[in-house]
Amino acid sequence: MMSKDVADIKSEASPIDTDKMWVIMGPQHPFSHGLWTLKAQLDGEIVTDAEPIIGYLHRGWEKECENRTYPKIIPMADRLCYAASMTYTHLYCMTVEKALGIDVPDKAKYMRIMADEVCRIQSHLMWLAAVGTDLGNLTVFLWAMREREFFMDINVRLCGARMTTNFPRIGGVRNDVDEEFMMYAARCVDRFEKAVWDIISLIDDSSTFVSRMRGTGYLTREACANLGITGPAMRGTGVDFDIRRDDPYDNYDKVDFDVPVLKDGDSYARYMVRIEELFQSCKIIKQTLQKIKAIGKNAPYRFKVPSKVPAGRAFTRLEDPRGESAMYLVSDGTDKPYRLKVRSPIFVNVSASKPLVQGSRIADVPVIMAMIDMCLGETDR
Amino acid sequence: MTYSSILDWIQFGDVMSNPFYPYQTYNLPFDIGYKLWEIIGGLIAWLINLIFPGNGVSTWLISPEVSNMFALVLFMVIIFAVAFVVTLISLWMERKVLGRIMDRRGTMVGLKGFMQCIADGLKTFMKENTIPKKVDKMTYMWTVSLIIGTSVLIACMVPLSPRWFVVNYGTGLLVIMALFALAPFFILVSGWAQNNKYSLIGGMRAAELMISYEVPMLIMIATTCLLAGSFNINDIVNMQSDTVWFFIPQIFGFITFIFCATAEAERVPFDIAEAEAELVEGWQTEYAGMKWGLIMLADYMRGYVSCAMVVIMYLGGWLIPFVSEGVNGWIPEIVFLLKVWFVFFIMIVLRGALARVRTDQIVNIGWKVFMPLSVVNFAVVLLLKVGGVF
Amino acid sequence: MTEETYQKPSVREIQELLEKKFSGKVRVTGTEERRVCANVDRDCIHDVCAYIHGSLTFEHATSVMGNDMIDHMEVIYHLSNYFNGVIVELTAELPADDLRIWSVADIWAGANWHERETYELFGIIFDGHPKLKRLLTPDTYEFYPFRKSYKLRGKE
Repeated sequence: MMSKDVADIKSEASPIDTDKMWVIMGPQHPFSHGLWTLKAQLDGEIVTDAEPIIGYLHRGWEKECENRTYPKIIPMADRLCYAASMTYTHLYCMTVEKALGIDVPDKAKYMRIMADEVCRIQSHLMWLAAVGTDLGNLTVFLWAMREREFFMDINVRLCGARMTTNFPRIGGVRNDVDEEFMMYAARCVDRFEKAVWDIISLIDDSSTFVSRMRGTGYLTREACANLGITGPAMRGTGVDFDIRRDDPYDNYDKVDFDVPVLKDGDSYARYMVRIEELFQSCKIIKQTLQKIKAIGKNAPYRFKVPSKVPAGRAFTRLEDPRGESAMYLVSDGTDKPYRLKVRSPIFVNVSASKPLVQGSRIADVPVIMAMIDMCLGETDR
Repeated sequence: MTYSSILDWIQFGDVMSNPFYPYQTYNLPFDIGYKLWEIIGGLIAWLINLIFPGNGVSTWLISPEVSNMFALVLFMVIIFAVAFVVTLISLWMERKVLGRIMDRRGTMVGLKGFMQCIADGLKTFMKENTIPKKVDKMTYMWTVSLIIGTSVLIACMVPLSPRWFVVNYGTGLLVIMALFALAPFFILVSGWAQNNKYSLIGGMRAAELMISYEVPMLIMIATTCLLAGSFNINDIVNMQSDTVWFFIPQIFGFITFIFCATAEAERVPFDIAEAEAELVEGWQTEYAGMKWGLIMLADYMRGYVSCAMVVIMYLGGWLIPFVSEGVNGWIPEIVFLLKVWFVFFIMIVLRGALARVRTDQIVNIGWKVFMPLSVVNFAVVLLLKVGGVF
Repeated sequence: MTEETYQKPSVREIQELLEKKFSGKVRVTGTEERRVCANVDRDCIHDVCAYIHGSLTFEHATSVMGNDMIDHMEVIYHLSNYFNGVIVELTAELPADDLRIWSVADIWAGANWHERETYELFGIIFDGHPKLKRLLTPDTYEFYPFRKSYKLRGKE
């Protein structure tokens, strides 16, 4: 099913029959950003077989939600992924709103979009930091973390918390933003668009970085779609799909942005897609700030909602920094969900790690898996 | 010899007049050791003489033979202490410079962060000495001792000036290279002995790394020796004072050698044997506490020697540019060390700016880039030599 | 058997094609903008999925999930089209005494782990699955934690 391009790795078939060795990478291993294991079968340095093992962080999140009232799940949704907490809370609130059949105020929609994009930038910077360490360079790690701090500060000014933001609410958002915040956010984004070039030029102008990424982890478009890989990893493989554009939620159809798609299908293409997404997110943030300003100060940002959700089903999905997240809510008319299913992008992406790493060298495994951007909180749930 | 005052014991005489003096030329660390022994030994002899006047021990302690022997012991201590301090300063410099590159402060404990090195050293020495159950204990211990031992040995063998050396071999450069190339074998065996898959791969990679850089490196050393007409380090440096510094005729060789020296010291971008992203710590994985601390020290000692080789072969050793006379007045040891730290600074910047290369890439670089460059360099030098420029 | 393939089927087309091809076995229960919901008999789930994947170009299985309705169980599939963003939601009902259904992991490799997860949390057996083993929970578990019969200890 999977046709691997082995042009980069020549003459690997050796006439000598050599022993193969299983190396268990993880759960405590510098390359696994979080608790998961990759069992890799090595023939010399070539990975011939691989099996991902997850479940070290399984908390029964979905089951636990069945025991809580709807508003109490919002802070839990934050804890699904530490780097993309805003999008999960947003997704949960959207799902419940759909089950309730209500529409949120326009201002809240723009604020959610803005918060989502801030979250996307900070998550992508976290990923960039991880790429740095996986390639053996700590400078990229620290520079990316430095830039990330500014977006953490935006989060603090927005809702008072750095990572687990707890900002969207069922029916709107928690609080309004003030003039000072808008000024700060606009300045921060302007600054970031220049400052990120430091990191990009450090990586892209250096052949050591580029040659490590180019040609590794190759997948074809069909294989990628079939394996269910989503997000920037998918768009680097040539699938032209972004939920923000093709299945818009909230007010994404009213802002202007491009979806970067590259057809190369290797780690470098995935890297380039993520970098371009940083700039697109900046563009969206700037537009939303203007729209929020245009809507005016005293516009409503939150509607009151009933505590009981009518019996029914609701499915929503959104574009997480890492891919396609979806929630499916089955409600039975009480104030607690009957069943709440979370579709996590990394859960599926990591299941594709065998075709991704097969045939590459063990030194490339961290790089290939870094392009997936692991986050175990949402994977194991 | 009768005793009249303590100054009979402490004379600060000329060290060269000692009939058992081991060198042909003046040796500064030996002189320091000799004078130190005159103070220490003279004090002991004087004290013993106070209690037991006219005994033989006091006379024996400061007789030329015994003085020479104890001076040699002190000489060894001085040589090691200087190499050790130089290494610690390199380590501190790496932490500070790397910190600045990464937009952070680096270490901050005492003396601009220098004390952090001492604190770390003490910490590793106070850790429990753990040995994993399933390792091959004898090989495990012996290989690490040999890795550290050879590294310390070559760090001590590097001459800092014509008056600061351990042995003034005719084949000095070759001996250093030979000892340098030993460590990868021990790393291979050590990785095997640790009974750990990461260590095994790390050991294999150390061997793979060695076959890729060692040949061009030896060609470049041969080129330098051809240019200087000698393997002796003194002669190489003197030749550079007579003509020009060798990095001018051998500019290809200089650049290539810096990279080869980086690989020799197993530093980023060539630290594939201990690539922490995929191999945890490579061949060092199972070493803990004091053993790991010493491995770390040995790593930096190898870095220091790599830089010293670059300085000796290409940057004029202990010479100062445009000052050909009065070299001794300028403290050549300090000049030499400053140059070493300058080269080390380049290595730190490389570490801050580059990513780790892959195993197949380093072999490719070694045989397809370094090798032709070193041969071109050799050809250039051969032409210069035949043309009578040098 | 060559069938006409639709790269960008509209919601109406999907509804008509599904009801025509699998009349009686697929009942479309509702449509929204870019959403089609349908009930499927569990015996023909593999055929329906193969048709949706092959002829309607739904290249991606967003999720496969189980749902315990106490008297029966449900397996819910969300299938996604990359060309126009339509999602087809298939619901297959399983009687509580016979929790078996055909696996779709051979159609979408991405459904593999979803089915494993549903198996371990609900005890629904997917016939033809390449490796139906526990994924998130330890192998020693003898119960299926997401069933409603498994009570949580803490109550609010």
